[in-house]
Amino acid sequence: MGESAKDVVMHDIKKGVLLDIFKKGERMDGRGFEDYRPISVKKGVIATAEGSALAKIGKTQILVGAKFDAVTPFADRPNEGVFSVNCEFLPLASPTFEPGPPNENSIQLARVTDRGIRSAEVEGDSPITANFFLEEGKVLALYLDIYVLDHSGNMTDAASLAAMGALMSAKIPKYSEGKLVRTESIGGLPLKHFPISTTIAKIDKYLLVDPSKEENLVADSTLTITTTQTGLLASMQKTKGAMSRDEVLQAVDIAFKKGDELRKYIL
Amino acid sequence: MGGGEKPKLIIDGKRIDGRGLDDSRPVKIEAGVLNEAEGSAYVEWGGNKVLAGVYGPRECIPKHDANPFKALMKCRYTMSPFASKEEHSRSGPNRRSIEISKVIREVFESLVITELFPMTQIDVYIDVLQAEGGTRVSAITAAAVALADAGIPMKDMVSGIAVGKIDGEIAVDLGRDEDNFGQSDVPMAVSHRNKDILLLQMDGLLTKAEFERAMDKAISASEKLHALQSDAIVRSYEKLESEGLSL
Repeated sequence: MGESAKDVVMHDIKKGVLLDIFKKGERMDGRGFEDYRPISVKKGVIATAEGSALAKIGKTQILVGAKFDAVTPFADRPNEGVFSVNCEFLPLASPTFEPGPPNENSIQLARVTDRGIRSAEVEGDSPITANFFLEEGKVLALYLDIYVLDHSGNMTDAASLAAMGALMSAKIPKYSEGKLVRTESIGGLPLKHFPISTTIAKIDKYLLVDPSKEENLVADSTLTITTTQTGLLASMQKTKGAMSRDEVLQAVDIAFKKGDELRKYIL
Repeated sequence: MGGGEKPKLIIDGKRIDGRGLDDSRPVKIEAGVLNEAEGSAYVEWGGNKVLAGVYGPRECIPKHDANPFKALMKCRYTMSPFASKEEHSRSGPNRRSIEISKVIREVFESLVITELFPMTQIDVYIDVLQAEGGTRVSAITAAAVALADAGIPMKDMVSGIAVGKIDGEIAVDLGRDEDNFGQSDVPMAVSHRNKDILLLQMDGLLTKAEFERAMDKAISASEKLHALQSDAIVRSYEKLESEGLSL
């Protein structure tokens, strides 16, 4: 559905209300500008998946499952494993989600999560896919499926935490006689960089960490920055409107600080 | 970032195609190359060939999507099935192109004065005919010229440019192999007057200092592109009628 006149007017009113609160140095739910809502990550919640985690940031809840398969490698990379991230916005997660094929927002969430992990842990200096070659014409594929269960703002960072939790809990199944033996494992994934995303919304001149659903609706732009434990930037994605050079650099500093904080919930 | 044997990307301070670190590939821009579209542009950027066409403001379809206060921006970036050196690919949108269409649309939502055309939509169609790395920034550069050619009012002009890290150095405008075998890629779109950052994506690993350098190189490289875009628009007024496309 498009925006009705009522939606547009309500948007302006909400933004005005939020800005009045920001002027006092506060946010609607009492947080400071650089505070996350309460966070929890629980690993190994799905017994049928080789890895899984449920992450919560405030009232947002996201489940990620990790599954392995033995597949035919890509023609141009015959010795390399496959890493793939998908995302489903379950219709039960929000009144704004509808059943149907992935839309631009769920595709973006999957691809942003993918890029953060891929940059640091798949194409970095110690790839988690290093031992994914099984035999001539067979490699391991690692699939992450992001299931958004409850959307109350900042899905990106909840997905990043849940995806890392799922990778950390993942057990690589044994490969024997052309098949995966899912009851036996040869060990976990050799993670090193622990990429974690921090999303920052710009509303007027304010930069706010972990935007709530309301803040996200009125944000002029949002910037997701994935940082690693090793002090590097692994990915970025700006959405919506403009940011200045200095705002981007300020957001980078915040992301490094917050990334260290968030990583404690998975390590 | 890619598979296969990694070639050396910088030898004696020169890149594989002979460029210095701050040099873009040659860029050629032509406005008004299509006859039916209300505005169009063709950009040849190294081995990239990108065509953009604009329709609108026109009636918003479906009607219930119409906004009583502003025009809806719509953007469709696609790559032709013959655009890559690799195998034939399926035509039409895929996951990658759907994401790119979204971030490109957001660039123009910030620029087009949509409040002037309530209840309408403005369509920006971009087709990559030949690809050699950096197609999304070529697409933005082409689409901006096509919108100007269509006479659609914008607050500012925008140029796309990607900067990345290859063999440990920050380099402007990565080509195909540099993109495939480089360490990091930062596509950006920068507005001309305000130097606003309208597109910012990044992948691969960078320190904060490297990222800052990349961003500054992109901002300064966008100046040169803006001059080429302006020149293309001026030249289009000198033509009495469109001469069509010359690939």
